[in-house]
Amino acid sequence: MNSAAPLLAISQVSLAFGGVKALTDVNFKVSKGEVFSIIGPNGAGKTSMLNCISGRYRPNHGSITFKGKEMTSLKPNERSDLGIGRTFQNLALFGHMSVLDNIMVGRHHLLKNNFTTGPLYWVSGAQKEELKHRREVEDIIDFLEISHIRKKQAGTLSYGLRKRVELARAVALKPDLILLDEPMAGMNQEEKEDMARFILDLNEEWGMTVVMIEHDMGVVMGISNRVMVLDFGRKIAEGLPDEIMANEHVKKAYLGEEDELLVEEDAVEEIA
Amino acid sequence: MITLSMRPCGDFRTTYKADTRIFDTRLIQAVAIASVIGLCFAPLVLDAYYLTLFIQISYLAIAALGLNILVGFTGQISLGHGAFFGFGAFASAWFTNSFAIPVWISIPMAGWFTMAVGMLFGLPAARIKGLYLAIATLAAQFIIEDFFARAEWFSGGAYGAAAEPVILFGYAFDSDESFFYIALFALVFMYLWGANLMRSRDGRAFVAVRDHYLSAEIMGINLTWYRLLSFGVSSFYAGIGGALYGHYLGFVSAEGFTLMMSVQFLAMIIIGGLGSVQGALMGTIFIVLLPEVLEAIVGLITHSGLVSAGNVVENLSYFKEMAIGLVIILFLIFEPDGLAHRWKQIKAYWKYYPFAY
Ligand SMILES: Nc1ncnc2c1ncn2[C@@H]1O[C@H](COP(=O)(O)OP(=O)(O)OP(=O)(O)O)[C@@H](O)[C@H]1O
Ligand SMILES: [Mg+2]
Repeated sequence: MNSAAPLLAISQVSLAFGGVKALTDVNFKVSKGEVFSIIGPNGAGKTSMLNCISGRYRPNHGSITFKGKEMTSLKPNERSDLGIGRTFQNLALFGHMSVLDNIMVGRHHLLKNNFTTGPLYWVSGAQKEELKHRREVEDIIDFLEISHIRKKQAGTLSYGLRKRVELARAVALKPDLILLDEPMAGMNQEEKEDMARFILDLNEEWGMTVVMIEHDMGVVMGISNRVMVLDFGRKIAEGLPDEIMANEHVKKAYLGEEDELLVEEDAVEEIA
Repeated sequence: MITLSMRPCGDFRTTYKADTRIFDTRLIQAVAIASVIGLCFAPLVLDAYYLTLFIQISYLAIAALGLNILVGFTGQISLGHGAFFGFGAFASAWFTNSFAIPVWISIPMAGWFTMAVGMLFGLPAARIKGLYLAIATLAAQFIIEDFFARAEWFSGGAYGAAAEPVILFGYAFDSDESFFYIALFALVFMYLWGANLMRSRDGRAFVAVRDHYLSAEIMGINLTWYRLLSFGVSSFYAGIGGALYGHYLGFVSAEGFTLMMSVQFLAMIIIGGLGSVQGALMGTIFIVLLPEVLEAIVGLITHSGLVSAGNVVENLSYFKEMAIGLVIILFLIFEPDGLAHRWKQIKAYWKYYPFAY
């Protein structure tokens, strides 16, 4: 499957916070066009893994290459220039901005106007450029079905809508790789189905490679090409969704017995 | 705060261009243009006294908008804005006196030069925030003030520096009536500049840095650069405002650009509304007119013979500072979003008017 050069390659990545080993020698590769899911109990290091890829954390060991380029020393904003976008587990919108402006911020690295040409709006071509990107942003807004809230202040929206705006903002970056941290957390079944559909469309129609963290096993098994399981910062399994469901280690570490509902209880034990 | 939409329902835009306008509605745009045109006739009808007030409001409001970009839009802090205002005044005078540069060029040059100096003193902002940044900018205030006193080649030291009037096409703008037009042009130009900045790429980046710097960085925004740039733009405005001030008075002396002035600029934007372009103007008008109104009140009281005149007039300057302090406290308690926010609410109310609630 990974015979061609992978889009993203993680090798021997370790990360520690003081004594807490968040990640230990993690290896995996993601090919262009995949939907790759990371699962694992709470505190397993999933978010830490995404943070290493997006540049929020710098691993203590190991390397991360994207499009063949070593990224470990790049700052987060340089990684978005390379084509990586992400959403956050704990919402991170710009609360006082409108939904539209939030999404327009995603265009930052694609826009050229600056602090001198921007103010010369009408004569420098900034207006033309802004409007061109605005039209593309409107396409994203239509696609994610949030046109009714685009003038609303982001901080005032409901949780589910905020998740969707975050996705829109990440999509606006036009990333080749999009990292989604629990995009469906706290949603009801209907909202989850919408979100799953959006993610599949992004993957199939917009051509984005997806790396996703999700707790809902039904969704993960339904839309992922491959799944990786983390436990206590170590990779304990990787494979096709069916293989993961059948894997004994995974069952023991994560899925409990055979009932999917036990996932939640397991998670509670992890915290305790 | 800044983009909270308070547009009445039923107001739909048909083009994206219409949707990105500076003014909320065509009516308000028309009113704004009409008032600028109306102001063009002010020197023909108004007393020099009122023209002076307008000119004062203009150069202060330009500087206040700069501070609002730094504090209100980017979420940083500066206690050195007064010093940058002074730096612009001296720099422009220096350019004209030492290099014979025409004033209409030296004013923008002073803006860019002050911007560079502001970014230099803004360097700590790349690392520190909040109270620590406040202290660092306080240090900048004192260092620059000290520089004014010592660098005689630049500021004329204790004597101060003469500043030539603006001369365009052989005409000297050296009276209140003529300088009024310079002030009006600069005010409109710099406010359009600010409004356009805030609806384009770098302005959005400032607000993103303020609202959530971690996700701003993930969205491709270079935090260090934008924190610095915000100091730069803010100082650019201070420099332009200061240069106008110098060439209006014809003379720049170091005493005025104190910490008190920096605090007054902060008062203007808090009262007008943090993170609002028009708020900076409203706050400046408020702070400039406050002592005038106080004076009028004192005048009334003394005329009525209730208290002896001498004491009150003597203490007026204390009253002024106390009144500014009191007003800031009252605003922080009762109107933390400032005049601009209240204005929006009033507008929305009138829109709905006969059907309101
Ligand atoms: N900034 C940090 N400082 C200290 N410890 C951290 C930090 N970030 C993560 N950790 C620790 O690293 C471990 C992995 O955390 P992480 O957030 O990656 O887990 P997760 O798999 O995303 O869990 P969840 O399902 O709850 O989101 C946890 O023990 C956590 O406490
Ligand atoms: Mg997590």
